[in-house]
Amino acid sequence: MGTALDIKIKRANKVYHCGEVLSGVVVITSKDTVQHQGISLTMEGAVNLQLSAKSVGMFEAFYNSVKPIQIINSTLEMVKPGKLPSGKTEIPFEFPLLVKGNKVLYETYHGVFVNIQYTLRCDMRRSLLAKDLTKACEFIVHSQPQKGKLMPSPVDFTITPETLQNVKERALLPKFLIRGHLNSTNCIVTQPLMGELVVENAEAAIKSIELQLVRVETCGCAEGYARDATEIQNIQIADGDVCRGLPIPVYMVFPRLFTCPTLETTNFKVGGQDTDDRH
Amino acid sequence: MALHARIRNYTTEFESCRLEAVSLEFGDYHPLKPITVTESKTKKMSRKGSTSSTSSSSSSSVMDPLSSVLDGTDPLSLFAATADPVTAADSTRKKRDKEDHLAVGSDFEPWSSKRGEILARYTTTEKLSIVSKVTTPGSAVSEKVRTRLEELDDLEEGSQKELLNLTQQDYINRIEELNQSLKDAWSSDQKVKALKIVIQCSKLLSDTTVIQFYPSKFVLITDILDTFGKLVYERILSMCVDSRVSLPDNFTPESINDTAKETCLNWFFKIASIRELIPRFYVEAAILKCNKFLSKTGISECLPRLTSMIRGIGDPLVAVCARAYLCRVGMEVAPHLKESLNKNFFDFLLTFKQIHGDTVQNQLVVQCVEIPLYLTLYSPAIDWILQCIAYRAPEGLLTEMMERCKKLGNNALLLNSVMSAFRAEFIAARSMDFIAMIKECDESGFPKHLLFRSLGLNLALADPPESDRLQILNEAWKVITKLKNPQDYINCAEVWVEYTCRHFTKREVNTVLADVIKHMTPDRAFEEAYPQLQSIIQKVITYFHDFSILFSVEKFLPFLDMFQKECVRVEVCKCIMEAFIKHQQESTKDPVILNALLHVCKTMHDSVNALTLEDEKRMLAALINGFIKMVSFGRDFEQQLSFYVEARSMFCNLEPVLVQLIHSVNQLAMETRKVMKGNHSRKTAAFVRACVAFCFITIPSLSSIFARLNLYLHSGQVALANQCLSQADAFFKAAVSLVPEVPKMINIDGKMRPSETFLLEFLCNFFSTLLIVPDHPEQGVLFLVRGLLNVIQDYTWEENCDDKIRIYTNVLHLLSAMTQETYIYHVDKVDSNDTLYGGDSKFLAEINKVCETVITQILDHLKTLGKDEALKRQSQLALYFFNTILAHGDLRNNKLNQLSVNLWNLAQKHGFADTKTMVKTLEYIKKRSKQPEMSHFAELALRLPLQSRT
Repeated sequence: MGTALDIKIKRANKVYHCGEVLSGVVVITSKDTVQHQGISLTMEGAVNLQLSAKSVGMFEAFYNSVKPIQIINSTLEMVKPGKLPSGKTEIPFEFPLLVKGNKVLYETYHGVFVNIQYTLRCDMRRSLLAKDLTKACEFIVHSQPQKGKLMPSPVDFTITPETLQNVKERALLPKFLIRGHLNSTNCIVTQPLMGELVVENAEAAIKSIELQLVRVETCGCAEGYARDATEIQNIQIADGDVCRGLPIPVYMVFPRLFTCPTLETTNFKVGGQDTDDRH
Repeated sequence: MALHARIRNYTTEFESCRLEAVSLEFGDYHPLKPITVTESKTKKMSRKGSTSSTSSSSSSSVMDPLSSVLDGTDPLSLFAATADPVTAADSTRKKRDKEDHLAVGSDFEPWSSKRGEILARYTTTEKLSIVSKVTTPGSAVSEKVRTRLEELDDLEEGSQKELLNLTQQDYINRIEELNQSLKDAWSSDQKVKALKIVIQCSKLLSDTTVIQFYPSKFVLITDILDTFGKLVYERILSMCVDSRVSLPDNFTPESINDTAKETCLNWFFKIASIRELIPRFYVEAAILKCNKFLSKTGISECLPRLTSMIRGIGDPLVAVCARAYLCRVGMEVAPHLKESLNKNFFDFLLTFKQIHGDTVQNQLVVQCVEIPLYLTLYSPAIDWILQCIAYRAPEGLLTEMMERCKKLGNNALLLNSVMSAFRAEFIAARSMDFIAMIKECDESGFPKHLLFRSLGLNLALADPPESDRLQILNEAWKVITKLKNPQDYINCAEVWVEYTCRHFTKREVNTVLADVIKHMTPDRAFEEAYPQLQSIIQKVITYFHDFSILFSVEKFLPFLDMFQKECVRVEVCKCIMEAFIKHQQESTKDPVILNALLHVCKTMHDSVNALTLEDEKRMLAALINGFIKMVSFGRDFEQQLSFYVEARSMFCNLEPVLVQLIHSVNQLAMETRKVMKGNHSRKTAAFVRACVAFCFITIPSLSSIFARLNLYLHSGQVALANQCLSQADAFFKAAVSLVPEVPKMINIDGKMRPSETFLLEFLCNFFSTLLIVPDHPEQGVLFLVRGLLNVIQDYTWEENCDDKIRIYTNVLHLLSAMTQETYIYHVDKVDSNDTLYGGDSKFLAEINKVCETVITQILDHLKTLGKDEALKRQSQLALYFFNTILAHGDLRNNKLNQLSVNLWNLAQKHGFADTKTMVKTLEYIKKRSKQPEMSHFAELALRLPLQSRT
């Protein structure tokens, strides 16, 4: 043991924008002097696409994962082969975040079928007797804040037994009326989703009202496009039989990394899920 | 060998000994003047010893060698001194101003004082259950955010275990365990686990089974949340202190480094993704303070959002507790943000109708909880919210709040909370309105007696307008007196008694007390209400300092009769006596007071039994003594004496009281003498003899032997002063015959101590008195002295102790004083032996005979000591004896002169004498030799060699 490799990125939140310089230090700690064949640093950025079983079939989904699309890849030779003294050695580095050609630096995103990830990898090659050392570290890319003001597009909604989809026997549902509004249907990712909801009346006692954030991912592949909607998070906004006629706030913070501005597209869908039918 | 006493002229001696009158000059220097130290460094010097500190005050010229080393000013104080005092003062003032603004003052009743009360009040005997997940340690080591969030979900949905059938205590223990594991997880750096525990705990708050325990559960769990909030805040704060410079209290977000901000943000993101509403709300509220790290406006934006978030909580009790928690956190972090407090209350009012909705009612039916009980569960939360709102709130706001409550149909629950939260002055000023509102409340809901109790509490603190006072009492009492349940009744009445005592006279108080008696007597209801009844008595006593008025309240004593359990009864009596001793300014002879208080004291006295603790007895005795001292019939001495006789018969079990009575009677006798200016008439002489007789028969009943001895002596002196010679003789004889009974060890404050020093002291005192006691015509010369000497002779003295000889030496002092022509002191109108015998040679011969015996004894003892090799003692005794001869003997007598020289040599013989003392003694002799008729001392001095100590 003895030798440890670590990457420390200068910014605590590890968030960088296109065109900025990614800087930090590689820290090597060791009790003895370290003999090595060179240390290099690699920056990689790639889009991984995964086909969903629903749209292309199990078999293909398993084998036909689409080749990752590389966005950025550059390597830097930090130290020539030689020796490092014992103790703690810090080697500073800087990487300009620039892309070649017409490629775009997409925002970091961790989805189900689409993954955009940026990593910084440090490799220390060593002689045959000792294993090579590797340390990888993710950093986050945010696209530049959208230029021009986003026009808020408020929307009002009403939910009654009639508006529900996927219901088999509409007649069995208890009567209810829920009104509400969202401040905007397209939101800035860093700002929470806000709105209000009023239970005007409901025959049965309410158990819970939940807000579901859904994303839609579209993958282009040989056979065409695959669209999939999956849940990102589910937030309870009301617990128990709430007071009728009293506005309840709708509020959701978008989880970082799991959401990104509509690019490949994400969309929101508010599910005012009455759990009357759950019991 | 005989002692040839020196003839002394006491008058001239006294004249020569008297200090010369020196006119006092109030100069700068005075030995008793407080030492004022002007130099700051002398403070340090004083530590080195008392000598330097005293010298520093007067003689500053003497330089202490050590202090000169420390002459340089202390580097720390130098540093402190250079700090600009103006800016320092300025900054502290600014800081204080800010604190005033940012923090609540001490006049705000803190949550910590409420929590205990809530825990004690809301209890249950029902079985509880707790849902928990046994978290495996080390489950939180994975780094990825994704896995962390998955774990959180896992906790929410995953393998949960339900612990059923817990008793309340088990439940509390379990929560305490969770609290501990939270701290453990945190300290072992398992932050995610800690968060899980907190989420798990706050989830318990959404569970309203066993609803009567809910307020207590709320208290317990919010304790954990508070702990968590503090841990997170301190952790982030510690991340900001990189360069060992701690942040000021009022830091700005700009001064926070990125790492800390990121960590803080991370916490908020994590919490925002908690699925369930109630845990999400509570955990975010718990770390509300951390918003300070992120932005200046963070808290002021968060509070309204959290406030409206509570609207999503359906159960009204859960919601109102959540509001109380938010207000609590809000008051702590940002007390200046009043709007969200108000908003919380208004939101609560909006949802108020839910309480009477079906969902709640169904729940209550299932749990078998009555509406009045259910409503009281709201009190702690509403009280707290209103307290936060009312804190330093303008009058207008309070009025508005009241109006809003009125609109909800004068709901009793709200009304009660308003009364307990708002300022007493505010309530008191509107008492009549409140009474009207209370009357309008519907009977079914909140119990009305609680409302009257709350109102009464306010009126005890603040005064209503003068004109309304009587009407308020009438209105309130009309309702209170109708209460059927004695417990409800007494709880109310207890509070209102204070108001009555405060503003009304004894007539009203009497009525109230009568009413209480009427209510509490049937079925012995008072047995259940001793604490309240006790507090009523206490309140009455506090307001009625004049005991003559107090006891003229007819129902006061009947009220006391309700305390039938003895320990409570004695407690009450003690309170009354304490108040009497404290407030009674002058002595009294009011028969009403005397009767009542004798009765009270008798009760206290009668509670004493074999099991009573010493301390308790001492306390009771002190109280009774205090009373006895306050009783005075003025010039009616006979009445006074008969009072003492009565007291003696009442308090015979408490020795200190008997001692006090004897002293009082003695004082009475002396008082009589003073009034008669020493010439007793036949009537007063008889009275004085009665006093003396009182003492004489009381003293033997005491158990403490020294108390008896001293009282005999003391009473004997009093008898002598009042010319009761035979009675005085009797006292002294009794004392003499008592001496052999003195045990070797006596018990002082629970410890066994040798009694000899006390005996020595007493005997010396006794001798001094015996000088003036005239001999009894039928007994022999010096009858008492001889008797005492015999007793001393027969007393079994401690081995290896010279006390007996010391006493003998002291006897010599007495005997030499007795041979004088005129004694050093006399008792007025009593002829002592000097007058009786007129220096008769037979009398003197008798004295000399006694002297001889005593001296022989002393010398024998000195010889024995020499044989026993107890040389140090021998030396001391020899010197003591030598001094006695020097002072009292006539050294012109050759024999005596030789004896003294021998003693001098004996004292020095074995080198045990203190050289300093010897030198001083010799110097004294030389000095005396210069006085007239003392020339023989010079000669003596020559014969006394000083032994050098080599």
